[in-house]
Amino acid sequence: MEVLEEGKGKLLGWCDPWEHREWVRRNKTREMVEKVVTLKEAVSRFVRDGCLMAFGGFGHVRVSMAFIYEVIRQGKRGLKVAGKTAVHDLDCLIAAGCVEEVEVAYSFGHELRGLSPASRRAVEGGRVKVVAELSNAAYQWRFKAAAAGLPFMPAYVMLGTDTLRRSSAKVVRDPFTGRPICLLPACFPDVAVIHVHECDVYGNCRIEGALVEDSELARAAKRLVITTERIVPTERIRREPWRTVIPYLYVDAVVEVPYGSHPCNMPGLYYFDEEHLAEYLSLTRTEEGTKEYFEEYVYGVEDFGEYLKRVGGRRKLRRLEELEKGRGTFSYPWRGG
Amino acid sequence: MRYSRTEMMVVAASRLLEDGRTVLTGTGMPVLASLLARETRAPRLSIIFEAGSISPLRPPALPLSVGDSMTAYRAVMAASMDYVMSLAQAGYADYAFLGAAQIDPYGNLNTTVIGPYEHPSVRLPGSGGANDFGSLSWRTIVLMRQDRSRFVERLDFLTTPGYLTGRGARERAGLPRGTGPWRVVTQLGIYGFGEDGRMELLRVYPGVTLEEVRNSSSFGIRAGEVEEEPEPTAKELRTLRRLDPHGIVIGRG
Repeated sequence: MEVLEEGKGKLLGWCDPWEHREWVRRNKTREMVEKVVTLKEAVSRFVRDGCLMAFGGFGHVRVSMAFIYEVIRQGKRGLKVAGKTAVHDLDCLIAAGCVEEVEVAYSFGHELRGLSPASRRAVEGGRVKVVAELSNAAYQWRFKAAAAGLPFMPAYVMLGTDTLRRSSAKVVRDPFTGRPICLLPACFPDVAVIHVHECDVYGNCRIEGALVEDSELARAAKRLVITTERIVPTERIRREPWRTVIPYLYVDAVVEVPYGSHPCNMPGLYYFDEEHLAEYLSLTRTEEGTKEYFEEYVYGVEDFGEYLKRVGGRRKLRRLEELEKGRGTFSYPWRGG
Repeated sequence: MRYSRTEMMVVAASRLLEDGRTVLTGTGMPVLASLLARETRAPRLSIIFEAGSISPLRPPALPLSVGDSMTAYRAVMAASMDYVMSLAQAGYADYAFLGAAQIDPYGNLNTTVIGPYEHPSVRLPGSGGANDFGSLSWRTIVLMRQDRSRFVERLDFLTTPGYLTGRGARERAGLPRGTGPWRVVTQLGIYGFGEDGRMELLRVYPGVTLEEVRNSSSFGIRAGEVEEEPEPTAKELRTLRRLDPHGIVIGRG
C-alpha cells in the first residue's frame, strides 16, 4: 500500500500484534481464578511509574475515582495517559503531579463546566506534554485494532486536518477503492482501569448505561483492573450470560468499591456531586488550593471509605441516588464561578 | 416575548433539523437545540450521543456530559462509541452539531489550541468527537458565537475538516463524498456555503445589520440576498425555558 501521509505524533502503546499474542500466552492466566484484591494492592501491583494508563467510562461518567485517588496517594510519577475523553480522572492525576505525557482526543476540559484550571496550567506551562492528537473515534478504534489482535483499523476520520498531522496515524491508498484512507495504529495500554456496576470474583462484568469504549479498551490493555460497585455470585452471571460485557479472561484484579466513581456519575445508581466538582474546580485554580484539595480528600484520609464520610457521607450519597432517579433539586454551583 | 440572542441562536438552530432524521449532538447549545426541535417541529427526530445513547426522550435534567445518564433517558439503546461512530461512517447520521473556538471561511474548525501549537496561550480540549462528526455526517451544523477572534482567515490549528481549501478538497483527502459543513449558526445570523465552499450569509436575526455582521468577522463576509430569520415564537421560547429551567445554557449569554 502506498503511504500518502504520516502523522508526526508519538506512537504510544504500540506493540507488534504477534509479540502481543506471545506476551498474552506467557503472562495472562486463562484459568478462572479468584482475583479479588484491595485497592492498595491493585495500584501497587499494576501501576508502575512511567506506564501508559487508560481509564474506562467517559470523563465524568463511570470513571474509577477511588483507583485514581489511590494512584495519587501512592505518589506514582511520570505516567502516560490516554486522553480518550479523559476529564476528571486525568485532571486529578495531572493536578497531583502524576502525569508526564498525554495523547489527546478530549482532555483538559470539564465539558459544560468549563476548562480544567489545573490541566491548563500544567500543559501551557510545559510540565505536562501533549505527545499526540487524535479524535474520539480514532482512539477507540486504536483499542479495537488491539482487541482484535491486528496492527491497525482503517477509518474515514482525521483526513485532511492538523489532527492527523499531529497524530500517530498514517494515510495510505486503499487497494480496494483506490482512495486515501486513514490507518489507526493499534494501542495496547500497559494498564486499563474500568469501573463497573457488578462483577463476580473472577471478573465477569456487567455495565449499565452507555458502554462508551470499554469493551474495546478491556481487551486492548495488557493489564486490566476492574473496580466494581459490588461483587455478585457467579450463578447470577451464568443465568444471564448475554449481559456480560467483559469476561474474566481479560481481568487481572477485582476490587469492590461502592460509590467508587464519586464525584462522577454512575448510570442508574448515583448522579454527579456538582457541589464537590465545583469545590474541586474552584480550589484547583491555584497551586495552593490544589494542595489543599488533595490534603483534605486524598492524603488526609486513610481510604475511600473515609473519603466518602468527608464528602458528606450517607446523607450526601442518598441525595445523589435520588437525583439519579430524577428526584430532588439539581444544582449547578460552578455556574458563573 | 422578550428573548436573548443566545435564545434566538438555539431556536434558529432547532429550526434547521428536518423531522424523521438523525442528529449527532453534544452538551450545551447542541443538545438544547436538538431537544427543542423534538418538542416543537420535529417530534420524530432521533438524537444520538457519541458515548452510545440512541434516541433518548426528554430527560429530567439537561445532560452535563455526553456520556451522563441523562443522555440515555428512555433511549432505545445504550450502545457504544464504536457503534455510534460506525453508524455515522456507514451513512446513518443526517446532522451533527459542532461548536468551535475558531472557524475559517471554508468552515474548518479549531478546538485544539489558541496560539502556537508547541507553546499555546490556551490549550483547548482537542477534537473529542468533533473531527469524527465533521468527517462522517451528511450535514454538519456549527453553533458558535462570532467575533473577530473567532471568525478568522487562518486557524491556529485545523482540528475538524470543513471544506478544507475549497469544494472537492474533502473528497481528494479521502473524506466521504457529499458530506461537509452545511450551516453555521451564530448570535447574529445563519450562514451556508457557496459553490466554492466558502461561507456566505443567508439570514440575519431581527435587529441585526449587515454592518454588525461584517464587523464581527476577521474575514470578508459574502452576502447575497439576505433574509431575516423570524423571531422565536412564544411557544418556542416557553419550551426552551422549560428545557433549561436553570439557564445553564441560555442563561449564560
